[in-house]
Order: sequence, then C-alpha cells, then structure tokens
Amino acid sequence: MQFTKNSLKIDAALETDRIVKFIQQTVRQGMRRAGAVVGISGGIDSAVVLPLAVRAFGPERVVAVMMPDKDSDTLSERLARELAAKYGVKPILENITGALEGFDCYRRRDDAIRRVYPEFDDAKGYKAKITLPDDLLESGTLNIFSVVIITPDGKTVTLPLGPKETLEIVAASNLKQRSRMSTLYLHAESRQYAVIGTANKNEHAQGFFVKYGDGGVDIQPIVHLFKSQIYQLAKHLEVPEGIQKRTPTTDTYSAPQDQKEFFYRLSFETMDLLWFALERKISAAEASTVMGMTEVQVERAYDDIIRKQRTTNYLRMVPPELSAPEIIG
Amino acid sequence: MSNTTDNQQVEKLIRDFIAVNLLYSTDGFPHKDDTSLLKEGIIDSLGVVELMEFAQKEFGVKVEPLEVTPDNFDSVTKLGVFIRRKRGTL
Repeated sequence: MQFTKNSLKIDAALETDRIVKFIQQTVRQGMRRAGAVVGISGGIDSAVVLPLAVRAFGPERVVAVMMPDKDSDTLSERLARELAAKYGVKPILENITGALEGFDCYRRRDDAIRRVYPEFDDAKGYKAKITLPDDLLESGTLNIFSVVIITPDGKTVTLPLGPKETLEIVAASNLKQRSRMSTLYLHAESRQYAVIGTANKNEHAQGFFVKYGDGGVDIQPIVHLFKSQIYQLAKHLEVPEGIQKRTPTTDTYSAPQDQKEFFYRLSFETMDLLWFALERKISAAEASTVMGMTEVQVERAYDDIIRKQRTTNYLRMVPPELSAPEIIG
Repeated sequence: MSNTTDNQQVEKLIRDFIAVNLLYSTDGFPHKDDTSLLKEGIIDSLGVVELMEFAQKEFGVKVEPLEVTPDNFDSVTKLGVFIRRKRGTL
C-alpha cells in the first residue's frame, strides 16, 4: 500500500454517523440504557465524545460531568463549560478534592516526592510532575521517569525517580482517575444511563490510561481512532476552537504537563503516522523517506510503540478465570 | 561487589537478579544471555529502572540518564559489557 502523510485522513462525516449508530445500538439495545454520562475535561477527546453522545440521545439524555481537583488547571473547567453550552448540555460540577483527601492521595504522592526532594511542600508553592526523557528520536533512551520540581521562585529541578517512588507517585495519582470513574457511575446508575469512554487508540493501545479509572467505562466509541483522527472529528463537529488548539495535557500533576512529556515522547502528528506505517508493515526505510526522518529515528519510534503496547498488556487484560470444574458426581 | 567478585560473576548476578526480582521465577533465568529483555517482554520500563538501581548498588557504577538505552540494558550480555566498561575492567 501507498504510505503518505495523508494516510490517516478519514471521512469525518461518515465516521461520525458510524459512531453515533454504534453508540445508539450498543447502549440502547445491548445495555438497555437510555442515555449517556460523559466526563468532560476540557480536552479534545471528551470534547468529541460529548457531541457524539448528544447526537445519539439528544441533549436532554446526556449528562456532562466536570471533575476537577485542586491540581487541575482552571482553564479546563472554563473550556468544559464552553463545550457543554455549545451542545446544549447543562454541566454538573463534582470537585473531587475532598474524595482524594479522604483517600490520602496528596500525602501519599507528596511523601514519595519528598524522598527524592525533601524540601517539596505543596503548601509553600512547590509544584511537581513526572516526565519521560524528551530525546526519543535522538538517543533512543528508555522510558525512565524523572520528577520535575518547580520551586516557589520558579526554578526547575529534575531528578531521577527510583522504582519505588515511581510506583507510589503513579499509584497515588491514579486515585484521581478512579475517583472520577466512581463519580461517573454515580450519575449513570442513578439515571439508568451508560458511562461513555473517551479513550482514543493512542491511550488505549499504548497503555496511557488507568485500569478501572478512565478505563472503567461501558463503551469505548473512539478507541479505534488515532489522536490525529480525533482532531478531524473535532473539526467536523465544530468543537470550540479553544479546545481544538489546546495542547493535550494530563491535568493530573500540580505543575503544567503535556502528554508528550508524560508519556508519548513524540508529537501526535509524527507518532500516529509512524504507528500507522508500523501496523501496515511499512519498512523503516520507506517511512523515513515520507516523514523526512532518518531510518534510525523511525526504528526508535517503532520500538517505543511496540514496547509500550507489549508492556501494558496487563492493563487491557480481562481478569482471567478458570472454566467450570469437571463434575465427578 | 568487589572487583575480584568479578568479571565472570557479573552475568550470573544479573541473571539471578532478573530471575528473582523481575520474573518472580523460582527456576532461575530461563533465557539466553543475548535474548532481548525488552522485545521479549521480560522487563518493562520499571524493570529497566530496577536494573539501573541494581547496577549502581551491586557494582558501584554511576548510570547517567543518557546511558539508559537498549544498547546498554536490553540483554544480560549488553548489561554485562556496560557494567564492565563503567568499572574500567573491559
């Protein structure tokens, strides 16, 4: 097949109709649910899912829930409100800070950070995030997390994280996505609605989601689409410009953090095309010519995508179970 | 580990560490020394961090972030070569 920079182009109108029908059939006939609950974050994925749900059920049968915590960027709520207004849905605000304090989320996370950087103190204005190296194409370094501290006077300190600290920070932070999942099901169960997932192909297949957190949903209507294709749908659905132009963020840590530095290490434009090429078995040599990259760079990107898919299988596994025992009676 | 514990011991210690701490194996390290740890899914990125810590503690070498590459960490053999190079015994 021919691989070009347009290989990810889709007919957004046609795809919109296909997804809307899929949601209607699956939720109504398959699940016997009469409406949809969508968590809206001010990001592009939920901004696409909301109008899809509105087309499937009408605005009166769609519940849009904003779930910020004390670390969230205030821009997120502003954009989420703009989104809901655009599609005629009245948003519900559920601030999850209290729930997270109940889980001791912030103390657990900050204790782990303090083992690496003892002066860290949220109350004194320190901010933190965790990042991967940003040099994938240049050096092919592996995915080792560092913690980035921003001091109250604006200095940035980057320190490597050991396995214990990495695990503890991630586990504590994942309480956020799991609290949001519980909140969405509260609204869904009290109305007999379904929770509509907002994960795209990048998040799901490479493991950039929290098991039983944002991965805990009833239907995944956009999980087959690359992020670049989500933007094509966003344009077709006339998602507010502010959301279409916003850099994808995790909005999870107190310091500002985009998804590239947290997880993907490549821009979506580059990663999606290379991933598509990898899936279609396009050689690194051919892909490098199309992309204007070196063959080594393409191979590094291919390897990183394959590694992430393989090492996150656990997240996508359905809990294994045994078949019924042999009857001897 | 002292320099005399030594070169022949390096691979054995790496194999034992991976078997016990990353594979949770009771039967030792079941792969060849040149098997790709990453491609075969034997270790994930957190496993790499554990190997890095192991190399630093067990062999007293300082691992720089830019050195955490498949060329240095993707197999028992490669890690052995890297550790010896860092210790100046290669």
